[in-house]
Amino acid sequence: MEMITTDIVIVGAGGAGLRAAIAVAEANPNLKIALLSKVYPMRSHTVAAEGGAAGVAKDNDSLDNHFNDTVTGGDWLCDQDAVDLFVEQAPKELTQMEHWGCPWSREPDGGVAVRPFGGMKVERTWYAADKTGFHMLHTLFQTSLQYPSIERYDEFYSTDLLVVDGQCRGVAAVEMRSGQLRLFRAKSVIIATGGAGRIFPFTTNGAIKTGDGMAMAYRAGVPLKDMEFVQYHPTGLPGTGILITEGSRGEGGILVNKDGYRYLQDYNLGPPDPWPRKKAMELGPRDRLSQAFWHEAQKGRTIDTPHGDVVHLDLRHLGEKKIDERLPMVRDLAISYVGVDPVHDPIPVRPVVHYTMGGIDCDIDAKTRLNGLFTAGECACVSINGANRLGSNSLTELLVFGARAGRGAAELAESTGSHADETAIREQAQTAQNRVGKLFQSVGGGESVSGLRREMNTTMEAGAGIYRTEQSLSESCAVMNDIRRRFANIELEDKSNVYNTDLVQALELGAMVDVANAIAVSALNRKESRGSHQRLDFEDRDDKTFLKHSLAHYDANDDPSIDYRDVVITRSQPGERVYGGDQK
Amino acid sequence: MSERQVELEILRYNPETDDEPSFQTFQVPCPEDWVVLDAVNYVKDNLDRSLSYRWSCHMAVCGSCGMMINGEPTLSCKSFLRDLPEKIRIEPLANFPIERDLVVVMDDFMDKLGSVKPYLVPAEQKSVENGEYLQSPAQLKKFKQYTLCINCTLCYAACPQYAHNEGFVGPAALALAHRYNLDSRDVGRSARQDVVASNEGIWECSFVGACSDVCPEHVDPAGAIQQTKIASTVDYFKDLLLPGRHR
Repeated sequence: MEMITTDIVIVGAGGAGLRAAIAVAEANPNLKIALLSKVYPMRSHTVAAEGGAAGVAKDNDSLDNHFNDTVTGGDWLCDQDAVDLFVEQAPKELTQMEHWGCPWSREPDGGVAVRPFGGMKVERTWYAADKTGFHMLHTLFQTSLQYPSIERYDEFYSTDLLVVDGQCRGVAAVEMRSGQLRLFRAKSVIIATGGAGRIFPFTTNGAIKTGDGMAMAYRAGVPLKDMEFVQYHPTGLPGTGILITEGSRGEGGILVNKDGYRYLQDYNLGPPDPWPRKKAMELGPRDRLSQAFWHEAQKGRTIDTPHGDVVHLDLRHLGEKKIDERLPMVRDLAISYVGVDPVHDPIPVRPVVHYTMGGIDCDIDAKTRLNGLFTAGECACVSINGANRLGSNSLTELLVFGARAGRGAAELAESTGSHADETAIREQAQTAQNRVGKLFQSVGGGESVSGLRREMNTTMEAGAGIYRTEQSLSESCAVMNDIRRRFANIELEDKSNVYNTDLVQALELGAMVDVANAIAVSALNRKESRGSHQRLDFEDRDDKTFLKHSLAHYDANDDPSIDYRDVVITRSQPGERVYGGDQK
Repeated sequence: MSERQVELEILRYNPETDDEPSFQTFQVPCPEDWVVLDAVNYVKDNLDRSLSYRWSCHMAVCGSCGMMINGEPTLSCKSFLRDLPEKIRIEPLANFPIERDLVVVMDDFMDKLGSVKPYLVPAEQKSVENGEYLQSPAQLKKFKQYTLCINCTLCYAACPQYAHNEGFVGPAALALAHRYNLDSRDVGRSARQDVVASNEGIWECSFVGACSDVCPEHVDPAGAIQQTKIASTVDYFKDLLLPGRHR
């Protein structure tokens, strides 16, 4: 096994990984960075984010407003020290993106434009038409090209953290081009691998979002925090799950049921007029909107299609000019994938799995409890999103905490004297070698990657969807346990070395089944309803017992054990989440 | 939903076992609203686990899934079966070495993208505390189109010049250089000219326009190259008439 020695390894080259890499390069150009990704950086799923990135921008807004919206939106499961830091850093990071060339949409006076977003009291979402994530990712990637200390390892699939004497000292990764396992020895490691939406069958997430980094940290003993909180975005296209941005509603779009009725007014989000109005109706938070859809479907007031029930997102009143200026991609996607031109007809939409609020447990410095390991972006849980993330907070999060992870990792690398002993690194890598090697062996178990993946998708949607019960979650837990056991019987059909996607998909599935198991067990144990986690058998929020973060601890042979940690409350005591009303 | 049977002829190549690429045929039952990528995924999940290709977003923004579909460079996630005949021939993107099956070697493209210095070079460094650079909607509009490239490399697969001379910097990279050159916040043009206006740069383009025809994002790299040529010609005559002029 070839060993590459560097100072800092970053796993994942999406928004958070690239931001971290640039932060390291700027902090100390003498530090060598190995930036690993299973795809080329421009393919990372940050690219698909549409609506915008939140940060206080105008005089009519304040950091307190952004703080309160975020904490309320997260149903008080956010750590308030982290949120304070986040809202304070947000405008600086977004301005930094501007300085690096990000083509933010502009006001007539040349200042950066902002749009309203769900659950936000004041318009503070910076946007680049409806391709904000795309522009941020490409800006970061292109900016990163000017730093010679960032050495990219594109299409390297990271399998394991290498831990020596309780310190994270490197990563093992399969070079996809050769199929060979490579060892990266470093003084600090950052995981920035994104979410795990592909655990579910109907998701906005690209094929690459398989929880790889979450599983790596989890197996190395870092708990996964608040995994039961999975966000359904209220407006995905039926069939494909393609995201139609919340920016559509930010610009004034409305949601109607089969009778053309703005049904959100029946779910404590109204009254419908005057419209548009912040923090009301279609500009309520995503959890409430997706839950309202579920109830409409129960009442038979949604529209039946071959790809499931839908409601209509109506943008017609915005007019062609505004749609083309602010929402050009939405128009293109709707025309291409559902044959509807939103200038002339409403877009059929339904809730779709979008985001994992939970992730690798870390502190506000992006540090995990494993020395030497940092994490940022969707794979991490710092926790600013609590039980429900507000739209446009995640693009900002990956900047704020990506930069922070980079600076922290740089400081640690600078203060760490020598590298880990090569023999020790190689010993650690044996686990990775064995796991990859085993997939190539004939086990005669007859399990296939695609077969097991389908079973996982089915049980997670059935048991751990928008509404959950003891029974549905117990069933999911049992099935996931069975799938984890049967995973050992997977035998690759493709036993070649060069760009073996059967191998990569098997490794991805291995990550997903461990993470899915953590989701189901965490959800089963949280006997309350909060944010995106809704239990039909425990309908109320229970602050007495569950104003706490769940921590799932990995067990190779059994369900994870779950324990809890208090939420950090500094200045906002838990209260009622009020949306709608006519005061706003 | 009605289904129809589609025949996919997919070019296969495994460098460890094959001397040269060859076609393999798969019969795929396809719902009417599928794209080519869905059919290829069906093959991977149900018929042949060894098929290798790249894909991720399934919404034409990540740029991974470009393939030659019936001879045309196309994003397979945006190529609808309803627009295609029963028999579909799928090959890796032309003009690139094949790594495995439909996966091509991207090294040359990645090097070229970096070679044009595709990042903002401001006139003076401004601290974030001093806020954003002002840029009017009209100034933004001037370069916005050229920011939309998703790096799918369809334009390289379509480019007759790149086919003929792999040293050519190529459409996407030149369009990206143009994007920064046109940005009101940027003064890096002269630093980019070494590559952009070299023999392998804009002058190599014969303005066939195939790149713009296949571009899924309507970036119009051919137009960008033409505009760059004009600007560079103006530079040339200014230098001739005003020697020692600082650009």
